[in-house]
Amino acid sequence: MSLDDIYQRLTEILREVFDDDTVVARPDLTADQVAGWDSFAHLRVIFTVEQAFGVSFAASEISGLKNVGELAQLIAAKRKG
Amino acid sequence: MSNELYANLAWLPQPPADFRNRCRALADDPDADGRHLASLGTCALNENRLRQLAEAIRTLRARDRSLAPLTPFTLGVVGNVTLEPLVPALIGSAPRHGIALECVEGDFAQTVQEAMSPDSRINRARPDAVLLALDFRGLPLASGLYDEETARGVVAAAVAHVDALRAAFRANGGARVIVQTLAPPPESAFGSFDRIMPGTVRSLCAAFNAALVESVRGSDDVVLDVAALAETVGLADWHSPRQWNVAKLPFDARFLPLYADHVCRVVGALRGKSRRCLILDLDNTVWGGVIGDDGLEGIVLGQGDWTGEAFLDVQRAALALRERGIVLAVSSKNDDAVARRPFAEHPDMLLREEHIAVFQANWNDKATNIAAIAEALSLGLDAMVFLDDNPVERGLIRETLPQVAVPELPDDPALYARTLAAAGYFEAVTFSEEDRRRASFYADNARRLALQGQIGDLDAYLRSLQMRIVFRPFDATGRGRITQLINKSNQFNLTTRRYDEAEVAAFEADPQAFTLQVRLVDTYGDNGMISVIICRPAGERTWEIDTWLMSCRVLGRRVEHMVLREIVMQARARGIERLVGRYLPTERNGMVREHYAKLGFRLAAEADGATTWELDTAAEPPEESMEVERAGFDLTPA
Repeated sequence: MSLDDIYQRLTEILREVFDDDTVVARPDLTADQVAGWDSFAHLRVIFTVEQAFGVSFAASEISGLKNVGELAQLIAAKRKG
Repeated sequence: MSNELYANLAWLPQPPADFRNRCRALADDPDADGRHLASLGTCALNENRLRQLAEAIRTLRARDRSLAPLTPFTLGVVGNVTLEPLVPALIGSAPRHGIALECVEGDFAQTVQEAMSPDSRINRARPDAVLLALDFRGLPLASGLYDEETARGVVAAAVAHVDALRAAFRANGGARVIVQTLAPPPESAFGSFDRIMPGTVRSLCAAFNAALVESVRGSDDVVLDVAALAETVGLADWHSPRQWNVAKLPFDARFLPLYADHVCRVVGALRGKSRRCLILDLDNTVWGGVIGDDGLEGIVLGQGDWTGEAFLDVQRAALALRERGIVLAVSSKNDDAVARRPFAEHPDMLLREEHIAVFQANWNDKATNIAAIAEALSLGLDAMVFLDDNPVERGLIRETLPQVAVPELPDDPALYARTLAAAGYFEAVTFSEEDRRRASFYADNARRLALQGQIGDLDAYLRSLQMRIVFRPFDATGRGRITQLINKSNQFNLTTRRYDEAEVAAFEADPQAFTLQVRLVDTYGDNGMISVIICRPAGERTWEIDTWLMSCRVLGRRVEHMVLREIVMQARARGIERLVGRYLPTERNGMVREHYAKLGFRLAAEADGATTWELDTAAEPPEESMEVERAGFDLTPA
């Protein structure tokens, strides 16, 4: 799965979680740029990502994520290893 | 993992791919009402989708739109846990239980204030019920190295605390309370000894749950057995330390749809929405195999065979439901006398005719039959549950009679009984003597109803199955299965001629014989080989149809019409002008006595019940009702 594919899936996921067809997953997208991305939504994003990509995150891995770009890199690394 | 049945609500069908758009469209559709919500809601919805449906409901409410026929219910929600994710999940789970739910949320961890203050948000709303979402961390149930007496005191104080909350909500808000049993964490202090030590978390939770149940018994309040739910999926999966620490979620968010569904079952039960009747298919649902083809000796039931035992589990489950007042009925595609035989004569059957209120075994479609059953029992369609292993039948009922609950079943019959139980269609909040006797009010005399008319648009449903019929002549690959069908098919079999594998191979090689092995594929998958045809020359430019058999599983789909069409077109391509068909009656093939008449043949001769029929190949063949695929013919129709 290429990084492009990951961003495409992430866009679908964000649209599903936030019920918003205008959201686009970009590397520099942060939570405060998306309406409703509070801590509960964050858990939903993580859970949906885990299910969609078949990966599992440790708390330490996701607590430091600054933007969607870092999430995408983390997914890519998980799927490779 | 086996708890996926529960976590994924696997008894519910998958939502449509465009679910989110459908939710949005509801707000703009002037005809959208509670039925559409129920239809969208009766799917396996994850947390995201529950929120989308809840949002659609919110929008409809904001525009003052009616949510009828869903029954309104206001639920106050308080607890020591995060309520924010609970509320949309509850609202989105309610429509499938016939409820239009509104939630009034208490402030986080302000349970006592919400209860005690007559001015609190919840009390002012005067809800129908209050959900007391307290987990083991939200009660004064501190663990310690107590002796028994001290432990009893701790438990009593915790129960008194809950009792006080219940009394306060009742007095100040006019609401009954839904209390929860506690799911203990999987960790233990001593190990097995935790059970013996009275002050451990495990012991205290068990004692609390028992005492809570005693306190609620006989009152108007209701228990939501979270302990049982958590144990069912496994305490280690239920509890997520990370999600508690980060967000004060009392259980892993993956179980939110399950928890919400269970709360809504209780709410539904409070409003009389629990189902009252279980309609059973027979073949491959309450026994293995097809009674019409396999006979009493051939059906798989009990006898230490693990598939046989699985079907007995379904029967046990049905009997247990009947014992508590759920009415049983049968809807089967079978000859009536044939279908009743196992009930009367099979030694391993647990279900007997006296357990069945209405027994519909005929060749009509099941939607018409189920509608007739509902009417005869004076029960609404929304009181019915229909259990059938065949996804095509399930799809027909879901489409034609959407108020009937039709659980998805897994491939393995060993899980049928468990799946039916997991679906929780028959949730109760009370049980009385009247309930116990209810099933016998319907005089279980296995009544048979005459059907009037037909329900629903069967043709449209058949088209939606996107069937593809595949024709091949006999070949080596199909030989084994062809031989099997020839020897085991009894009902839809015109001449019941038995051939062994060598004889079948001879037909393959015979240039004079015209043979067909027929497969059927539909949107649910490949049904495999479902019909076998053998035609032989019988005089000038004439074929006699030596063998015509078909699997009863594909009856009612116009497969036989497509087969005749193929025979006619292939016959024409080979210069054949006449087809001759014979019906040789047996004890079991009464259902095909009029087969050739229905296909437009004319009766040419009759003797002792055996009939001979003729058709000119120049006549108009049946119209094409599905996609056709052919392979392996050296001469094909133009």
